[in-house]
Amino acid sequence: MKILVTFAEVAAVADNFEIEDGAVADRYLEYDLNEWDEYALEAAVSLREEGIAEEVVTVTIGPERSADTIRMALAKGADRAIRIWDDDLRGDPLEDVSTRAALMAPVVEAEAPTLVLSGVQAADDGYGSTGVSLARTLGWQWGAVVNDFTLDREADSVRVRRELEGGIEEITTLSLPAVLTIQTGINDPRYASLRGLQEAQAQEIDVQSPAELGVWADRLEPRLERGELTEPPSRGDTEYVEGDPPEQATAIADRLLEAGVVQE
Amino acid sequence: MSDVLAVVEHRRGEIRDVSLELLGAGADLADDLDGELHVAVIGGNAEAIADRLDRDGVDVIHTIADGAEFNHDVYVQAVGALYEALEPAVVLTPHTVNALDYVPAVAVDLDLPLVTDVIDMEVSDEGLQTTRSLYESKIDATVTITERPCVVTLRPGEWARATGVGSVPVEDFEFELDESAVGSRVEGFEEAGTGDVDVTAADFLIGVGRGIGEAENLSVIEDLAAVTDATIAASRPLVDNGWFDTSRQVGQSGKTVSPDVYLAVGISGAVQHVAGIKGADTIIAVNTDPHAPIFDIADQAIVGDLFDVIPELTEQLR
Ligand SMILES: Cc1cc2nc3c(=O)[nH]c(=O)nc-3n(C[C@H](O)[C@H](O)[C@H](O)COP(=O)(O)OP(=O)(O)OC[C@H]3O[C@@H](n4cnc5c(N)ncnc54)[C@H](O)[C@@H]3O)c2cc1C
Repeated sequence: MKILVTFAEVAAVADNFEIEDGAVADRYLEYDLNEWDEYALEAAVSLREEGIAEEVVTVTIGPERSADTIRMALAKGADRAIRIWDDDLRGDPLEDVSTRAALMAPVVEAEAPTLVLSGVQAADDGYGSTGVSLARTLGWQWGAVVNDFTLDREADSVRVRRELEGGIEEITTLSLPAVLTIQTGINDPRYASLRGLQEAQAQEIDVQSPAELGVWADRLEPRLERGELTEPPSRGDTEYVEGDPPEQATAIADRLLEAGVVQE
Repeated sequence: MSDVLAVVEHRRGEIRDVSLELLGAGADLADDLDGELHVAVIGGNAEAIADRLDRDGVDVIHTIADGAEFNHDVYVQAVGALYEALEPAVVLTPHTVNALDYVPAVAVDLDLPLVTDVIDMEVSDEGLQTTRSLYESKIDATVTITERPCVVTLRPGEWARATGVGSVPVEDFEFELDESAVGSRVEGFEEAGTGDVDVTAADFLIGVGRGIGEAENLSVIEDLAAVTDATIAASRPLVDNGWFDTSRQVGQSGKTVSPDVYLAVGISGAVQHVAGIKGADTIIAVNTDPHAPIFDIADQAIVGDLFDVIPELTEQLR
């Protein structure tokens, strides 16, 4: 069986950044692979190592720049990588999660995996919806926020453990094929080896445009518009402690005394 | 088409608190749209739950009997059927783990734009303007939904709970569930992590996060805990690493704590972590990043390196 992993490159803002004209300038953005997707990839690669899966393919929607991140996925054990892009995707179209699902669905249909693994959410925009939207677009079953799963090939099903709020877990059986969104902690993602990284440099990434995938321009008309960016309002009564570390420590100690959790 | 349909959440016979916040937000939105607030309860003991939803601002409560507990296939079909019957302008749900499991499918089925984890919303000429957080909560962005109808999930803890008692009609909504389209079966629930320490009982909690770097560095925190008789809690990545038992995880999927003091050390303040500490009397945060979102909720903010500040604090209190 084949496993497809949706793999996103995410942006983080540097510790010291500024919002200029309502946007964060590119020089303050750092790109990396999405933490949740790393766990999804590790789950897929482990199944291949156990002989349960034959092939692990990643699919990423992203510009040329994301090739670096994709190579990281290859170095960590993915067999092949597909990148979806053309410049019409810049800007608002991807704000709408259904656009992402519409772009990935033809890839999944062409590859016909038994399982698609996605991260629960992308660290940068946190919509948390790509995996389930993709499953529904395909007409497949799905499970969200999965921290454990067991395949039953005979029954053509997968048993998942879903992590609900407050330490409660739900056990659910889903029919295959299915999309699972993977929660951190399900495994221990490996580091990419130097050799893996070198080999990945030489590997081809299959780039496909929306038109090649049969996703036409009208599907990419934005229904959501991203507007202004601002810094979140602070509660206002936060006491910022100035000074060197000893002075800062003294201020904390005073607060602890005041609250009565330590004694003089 | 100006009504709001709010789908509440319940578990094991109990309405979840986020549902009452949803009604508060839904009532305001319905007001702004000049429409009505319709509330749906799906599955479980819907009638008994409906009693608790009898709040100011709610116009009608619809109960749907199918299923004992949450099942995403049933929810997708039920919400779809209600949507067809009511034709609301906005479908609202809380942004919870179960919402992550069914709301995107509702949006796909109905071909509606979806915005999740919303912290504020406003009706404007261009459409429904929502606010959500980006880049690990360091930045807020507006996202305007230019088409109505649409689907929106709301971040827990951002809206006041609906109060008062109205006298709201409860209507039983019946629809034909397509059993052949139910491909998932919920088998049951398990309680996770009844492990080594009860962090909910501590007066002084030191929460340690990924800023600690390596497991060997934890001694910096352990020394302070020993001197102050504090209890150590952790953010999720440290539990994922196996450095702490799950019983010490604070946050949405971990424990909700309410100590006198929560000292957050090297914790960014992701929404799922903050969900667990809002009940603390005093929050003190130590973080090198002046934009760390933990500072937005802290009473005392120390922009600094934990490896400088914490050993110094331990010395001073020794
Ligand atoms: C469905 C779901 C449920 C979740 N449930 C939980 C939950 O229950 N609990 C939870 O915690 N998370 C939960 N998460 C994960 C959450 O989204 C974050 O990933 C996590 O809280 C981040 O942990 P952190 O703050 O320790 O790490 P990071 O976000 O990596 O932050 C580390 C911080 O340390 C600071 N730092 C670095 N070096 C130093 C130094 N030397 N001195 C001082 N500061 C330093 C950095 O500036 C940074 O702010 C959940 C996620 C999902 C999707």
